[in-house]
Amino acid sequence: MDTDAHSIVSLRGLRKVFGENEVLKGIDLDIAEGEVVVIFGRSGSGKSTLLRCINFLEEPTAGSVEVDGVRYEAGQTSRARRKTIREIRSRTGMVFQEFNLFPHLSVIENVVEAPTTVKGMPREEAEELGMRFLEKVGVTDKRDEYPIRLSGGQKQRVAIARALTMRPRVMLFDEPTSALDPELIGEVLAVMRDLALESGTTMVVVTHEMGFAREVADRMAFMHEGSLVEEGSPAEMVDGAKDPRTRRFLEAVL
Amino acid sequence: MVWVLIFIVLAVLFAAFRFDTAFMLEWLPFILGGVPLTILISVLGILLAVPLALLGALGRLSKNPVFYGLSGFYVSFIRGTPLIVQIFFIYLGLPQLAQYAPGPLQGLFILGTVTSGVLALGINYGAYLAEIFRAGIQSVGHGQVEAAQALGMTRAQTMRRIVLPQAVRVIIPPTGNEFIAMIKDSALLGIVGTQELFYRASKIGRQYFQNLETLVVAAIIYWILTSIFSYFQGRLERRLSKGYVREEDPHGH
Repeated sequence: MDTDAHSIVSLRGLRKVFGENEVLKGIDLDIAEGEVVVIFGRSGSGKSTLLRCINFLEEPTAGSVEVDGVRYEAGQTSRARRKTIREIRSRTGMVFQEFNLFPHLSVIENVVEAPTTVKGMPREEAEELGMRFLEKVGVTDKRDEYPIRLSGGQKQRVAIARALTMRPRVMLFDEPTSALDPELIGEVLAVMRDLALESGTTMVVVTHEMGFAREVADRMAFMHEGSLVEEGSPAEMVDGAKDPRTRRFLEAVL
Repeated sequence: MVWVLIFIVLAVLFAAFRFDTAFMLEWLPFILGGVPLTILISVLGILLAVPLALLGALGRLSKNPVFYGLSGFYVSFIRGTPLIVQIFFIYLGLPQLAQYAPGPLQGLFILGTVTSGVLALGINYGAYLAEIFRAGIQSVGHGQVEAAQALGMTRAQTMRRIVLPQAVRVIIPPTGNEFIAMIKDSALLGIVGTQELFYRASKIGRQYFQNLETLVVAAIIYWILTSIFSYFQGRLERRLSKGYVREEDPHGH
């Protein structure tokens, strides 16, 4: 075992090219168990792509991804690759900007779908587990509603419960509050804060919510044009960013 | 209201042309006797068409070049040739090939009128439905696929559990229309001697030189049949909208 022994996520030389556009220019990043890392930066800086490369919604062009001991290197044969990708996905949970709840399923069905289909968990056990997470995000009273009847904040909280029910080792949040009305952002951030501070969930969060980052993040990483320019604790970053690009961005958003 | 007027005008016209209603009533049971076969053929036809259409649609969406090419050929060829030619091909054309087949397999080439009819209608409608299914599958947002995959679902699981159930809602109404169209197209099978509704009507009509009467009877029966299925289709559509319609708005906007 090397120095990465305790990291849940480990990225090495991660590159992603779309056509002629190099969106990620060799990213190295380690995330320790229980750590909350906020990735921030301008839109188009590659932060969402970076997040989506961790669970292969985007396939990296080069480099390696390791999640909870499962290692992917660009260029594996297709059969081995697919298996690796599924194993990594089963260890990660993702929350999307647009919630992406399944509209044809009720809240509880949304939550138990993956445990029953992917893990073959018995329905009652999955429901019990699902209800625990619905309780955690505070939407147990909506268990039999269809997503269309929920507010944006409720939808996003259900989406968080849906991801948690798979017991992931790391949660990925892709701008989880960007599609919400301002008055609903707070309830989602409160759930995330709870996950981070009370449950010790390992989290990678792409967000513009600097208040949340300052309060909850262990580490903040600034991304610019496909590279991680600078990272550090919230205190180091918010008040003492060294790189002028980081400073300029923070001045603009704070 | 307009309909009532049309019926009155038609009734007057029928009376003027000394329409033989007694004759129509006399042969009504015989013509009605073709209805079960018409429905059977249409139901079996659509049951064959749906899996073919699903394969065709998945083929059109597949990255596998062989599967993609096969389904493309199927859809293009079947939609590019007349249904009546396809019916004759299966009923009259295939038996000609039987002589080249090994003995026990010869039966596969010589088919009865009902089997031929179901095959022809199923294959034909499968090609049209394939395009409908493809559009329905594509109407499900990419975010749905990503959410399912992020949860660790395989492509097959994603298709079966997430995409298809949502696509069905989009697919059902036009599929119902196709089924109703198929009920009407099944009349073409009368030409090769299938004893369905239209065959019976035209047989009696020709026998007694009262084609107009028997054809009016057949037309009305077809109309009633298609109206019944349209009604049930409407109810099914309303049931499928569950989860997509807010019965009451919790936020008042």
